Amino acid sequence: MHASIEIGTSAALQYLLRIGDTALIQAQRLAEWCGHGPALEEDIALSNMALDLIGQARAVLALAGALEGAGHDEDQLAFLREERDYRNVTLVELPRGDFAATALRNAMMATFFRLLWERLRESRDRELAAIAGKAVKEARYHQRHAADWVVRLGDGTAQSRARMERALIDLWPYAAELFAADAVDLEAAASGLGPAWSELEAAWREEMEVILGEAGLAAPAATPFLSTGKQGAHSEHLGYVLAEMQHLQRAYPGGVW
Amino acid sequence: MTAAVLDVMRVQRAWQVLDEVLDPEVPAVSVCELGIVRDVIDHGRELEVVLTPTYSGCPATEAIEQSVLAALEARGLGPARATLRRAPAWTTDWITQEGRRKLRAYGIAPPGPAAAEAGVPVRFVARRGREPQLACPRCGSEDTERVSQFGSTACKALYRCRACLEPFEHFKPI
Repeated sequence: MHASIEIGTSAALQYLLRIGDTALIQAQRLAEWCGHGPALEEDIALSNMALDLIGQARAVLALAGALEGAGHDEDQLAFLREERDYRNVTLVELPRGDFAATALRNAMMATFFRLLWERLRESRDRELAAIAGKAVKEARYHQRHAADWVVRLGDGTAQSRARMERALIDLWPYAAELFAADAVDLEAAASGLGPAWSELEAAWREEMEVILGEAGLAAPAATPFLSTGKQGAHSEHLGYVLAEMQHLQRAYPGGVW
Repeated sequence: MTAAVLDVMRVQRAWQVLDEVLDPEVPAVSVCELGIVRDVIDHGRELEVVLTPTYSGCPATEAIEQSVLAALEARGLGPARATLRRAPAWTTDWITQEGRRKLRAYGIAPPGPAAAEAGVPVRFVARRGREPQLACPRCGSEDTERVSQFGSTACKALYRCRACLEPFEHFKPI
């Protein structure tokens, strides 16, 4: 088995890993729908969006590896890190749930990513700004597609509405982590690498309210719960995602297509 | 002939060769017509081709890179290397008029202008009947409807013509 790699601790590296890992794990969960979508068109849509996210994750992780300067490429960062060194928000690693949960999580994440990429276009890091210029276009249609499903299900049948209400209760508390500022955020903002994610909260809540309002749903009240994936302390679910995703590279080190 | 004139010819010939390299996913249009090739630079010993990827996760990016280099080397214009230029991001507005004509002839409705969407808040998918009307690339009728926002590749959506009843693909503006 291939030994795990250890990663640096600089705030800039952590900031990039949070972006890359969140896109990567969200993509893994979306890709699970391939062959299981509720309709062929939706199956294709979810796989398409997963592919965009993997492309974005690949670009950001490659940049993170270059910035770290320890010779790690994007594949090594994706396949050879332990769970504790993953920096994705907990929301994206939760099991995909039913289609309502998937649609809601997609809407929450695509809205977040669209706002984040918009700001990252002004990053002082030119490569990150260039990645963002491309990714923001993709996040726009991801958001449009996901928001549409939240409305259709929320404003649909009694069954679809009940499923969407359940998804809101389950997933909404995990949104708090997206905007919980810490030293990594503050340093990224101070250096001009990217915004503190807390700066995106007001716009995110406003857009989610538009989507939920259109669906006849309401955002649940805030709770004190705060997940900690960004710090590397994950839920019990990430280990299983990584076991499946990393298995091949661990068993056949350096294997390529 | 002077060396400078030779250089110009090498770059010109390279553009001609590249205009024959077809996109692997849409083998009706060349990589130049799609606007993927942004520059060809003669470094003397080496020729550099600057490519801009269409989508972040486009699986064809590497295949395009390889076929571009293989075509140049097969015509004796190598050695060549490809570099990636991410900014400015690729847009369907870079697809040439000839490229659009070929897409239509191939059965893919070409994209309209990519709207400036910066600053537009939440948008929902347009409801049936309220989406922009697309002409069927087979019969030309505008009585068409979108079946799915996503198609066989990230860049395309699925449509159906209600006049000739044929399904067709649409290259989405981005």
